[in-house]
Amino acid sequence: MHYLILILVLYLFWLLLSGHLTLFFLSLGLISVLLIAWLQHRMDQIDREPALLKITLKLFRYAGWLSWNVLLSNIDVVRRIWDPKLPIDPVWERLDIHVKSAREKTLYANSITLTPGTLTTDIKDDHFLIHTLTPEGMKQLREGEMEKQIKRLRI
Amino acid sequence: MDTLLNFLSASCFLIGGFLCITGGVGLLRFPDFFTRVHAAGVTETLATPLLITGIILNQPDLSLDSIKLLMIMLIVLATNPTASHAMTKAALHGGLVPFTRSKGDAEKEAKKQTSQKNSSETGGDISTP
Repeated sequence: MHYLILILVLYLFWLLLSGHLTLFFLSLGLISVLLIAWLQHRMDQIDREPALLKITLKLFRYAGWLSWNVLLSNIDVVRRIWDPKLPIDPVWERLDIHVKSAREKTLYANSITLTPGTLTTDIKDDHFLIHTLTPEGMKQLREGEMEKQIKRLRI
Repeated sequence: MDTLLNFLSASCFLIGGFLCITGGVGLLRFPDFFTRVHAAGVTETLATPLLITGIILNQPDLSLDSIKLLMIMLIVLATNPTASHAMTKAALHGGLVPFTRSKGDAEKEAKKQTSQKNSSETGGDISTP
């Protein structure tokens, strides 16, 4: 069933990218989409854990929240770059995490890295190693607002 | 309406360009590799989306190109953390230790990191030259 959805979505994506509606291009698109679905099927057989992400409203809300935070920390980093005194104090510490699944961990680590000023340098079973530009960035991560948001997604 | 759109796209270009320069200045001013990755993050996470938004607003009307530009933006935003993480992990693996002013927890982790690295390398690591 999810291959059918995959084929539909991929074909829609092809149509968006190509924009040509002649028979020749449409059939080329169909061939490549079927090829991708076949490859995906083969990979799923080896992997045995098809990665299905449910696109929910919560995910979009999280994306909005993350964008806002990225904007705020961007402004902070820009201010620090132009400040003549260069007020940075890099910190490299471990951060204990409470999310369990691989998907949540991936999202968490990527969100941390996407935010300027904080950077995931290593991922272990129960903690990340985080490099931050300032101790405040570390403190904010330890407060765990982002982790709470990710837990609420239940992915 | 047209004037407003032009004004908006022009300001997106201006701010985006300024942020690109800021990223470059940060790259020059910051002390070590890891802090420089933070500076580069500014160009990737805010300057690129702003520039692309500027291009979208600069077009006369919404078309397929706008959607393609949006997809480019999404791809940049999705691949940026992966690339940053890969770079820093490679740097750590190569033995680079982040510069920190306050020692303590960080240095302990650094020692642990390097000892782990050494033990893994003596165990026949294929990546050692």
